[in-house]
Amino acid sequence: MSLLVVAEHDNHTFKASLRHVLAAARDIGGDIHLLVAGSGCEAVAQAARALPGVACVRWADDPALGDGGAENLALLVSRLARDYTHVLTAASAFGKNWAPRAAALLDVAQISDIVRVDAPDTFTRPIYAGSVWATYRSADPVKLVTVRPTAFEAVAGDGAPAPLEAVSALPDSGLSRRMSVALNQSTRPELESARVVVSGGRGLGSAERFKALLEPLADKLQAALGASRAAVDSGYVPNDYQVGQTGKVVAPDLYIAVGISGAIQHLAGMKASRVIVAINKDPEAPIFSVADYGLVGDLNEIVPRLTDAL
Amino acid sequence: MKLLVPVKRVLDYNIKARPKADGSGVELAGLKMSMNPFDEIAMEAAIRLKEAGQATEIVAVSCGPAGNQETLRTALALGADRAILVTCEADVEPLAVAKLLQALVAREQPGLVLCGKQAIDDDANQTGQMLAALLGWAQATFASRIELQGDGAALVTREIDGGLETLSIRLPAVITADLRLNEPRYATLPNIMKAKKKPLDTLAPADLGVDTAPRLALVQVSEPPERQGGLIVPDVAALVDKLKNEAKVI
Repeated sequence: MSLLVVAEHDNHTFKASLRHVLAAARDIGGDIHLLVAGSGCEAVAQAARALPGVACVRWADDPALGDGGAENLALLVSRLARDYTHVLTAASAFGKNWAPRAAALLDVAQISDIVRVDAPDTFTRPIYAGSVWATYRSADPVKLVTVRPTAFEAVAGDGAPAPLEAVSALPDSGLSRRMSVALNQSTRPELESARVVVSGGRGLGSAERFKALLEPLADKLQAALGASRAAVDSGYVPNDYQVGQTGKVVAPDLYIAVGISGAIQHLAGMKASRVIVAINKDPEAPIFSVADYGLVGDLNEIVPRLTDAL
Repeated sequence: MKLLVPVKRVLDYNIKARPKADGSGVELAGLKMSMNPFDEIAMEAAIRLKEAGQATEIVAVSCGPAGNQETLRTALALGADRAILVTCEADVEPLAVAKLLQALVAREQPGLVLCGKQAIDDDANQTGQMLAALLGWAQATFASRIELQGDGAALVTREIDGGLETLSIRLPAVITADLRLNEPRYATLPNIMKAKKKPLDTLAPADLGVDTAPRLALVQVSEPPERQGGLIVPDVAALVDKLKNEAKVI
């Protein structure tokens, strides 16, 4: 067996999730090749050579690949994929965008967001917002799999440098062009890789209180900030704070849910956290059924006291 | 410009899904089914484009059993002009749905396909991207803003990790809707009545020359690992003590 892992990166460094995807690749077994496709991304390709278990880094550097657009990347991956039994990438906004496109070009099914490798051709993934797990076996010649990073423990350390092989890019499809990117400026850790996440829900009541109550707590804990869909829909915070079925899936050491009732859709995104704390005024809130420690009461009083006590 | 809006019938989002006792699938018998919420958002986007004079006709499509007619009637009540049901008895995988839609695009020649970014039953998040690939069209997934431009192009703002990205895409294209694109309207009673008279055609996959045989074998459906709820602590001091000395996370 031979596997192609497609790296997510920003042309400077690879994302931390790559080490988790490599862990899933290791669970499948076989030779692991890594594809670094981008523009001016040699530093990423060089750094990736030391990732443990990687037998070869394939490096495609072309302006047409610079913005990570799905059209050009999916075509490149579909051409390379015919030499492999598996293609893996993270189930992030990046992977979700191009991977199904590559699958259709290869005429294979994609298995999305796996949380377990049962056998080299069999994978388990959550469906229905994680209420149910489904195990699928694929008979396709290439298994195209996106991996939920938090479900696999990152491969640690460095290995001996793998050889680097240049891959030529294909002509630009010209179908789409990135006009601008607006990234939220934050000095906080990334939501998906943070050790501690402080998350707020509709119970906060307003954007102002979300900020006033949760930012000092997150500062104290050096935590990332997250939110329920209800808080996003109410306009308290931008959409990329959203934790849950349709947002991000996190599994930090400590997850503090403030004013979050705990809809199934939210629990889907955080119930794999190591320790969960819930603060809510409603003792019947479903969030308490998954919380290791619950505190019932007025979050306006509790949160500042907790911030002071830390 | 004609718009094609694929809609999926799914278990209502307020109902917690459970595996069947024999693990062969998810229990759906007798439970409320609804239009996939992301498809409602895509439908709303289509209606707004038509209301703004940027689209001429909205065709809603669904692939599935006869019960999907109900979902298509909802789409018609919301504002679709006509509907097409491709009748499929078994579960159809995203790749097969994309192929059915590809064949319908060849018949209907829409200028834009608008669909939800994912269905809340299988959470696959694949069909729109696969359709764009099969058609060789541009794609813009996870859209939070759509602006059609006069010159056969569209500006689409997408939700990406850490922020937003704006793409200029060539039309025709496939756009998949994210949560913040809009807030869908409800169907009014007069529109529900009118929808009963709008055309709803039915086709079989064979009429479109598409093989819908699944590529994946479902081995089993199971309950996820259960997480046990813990204890309620009396106050902040007790919480901090537990986090420090028992859980050792701070």
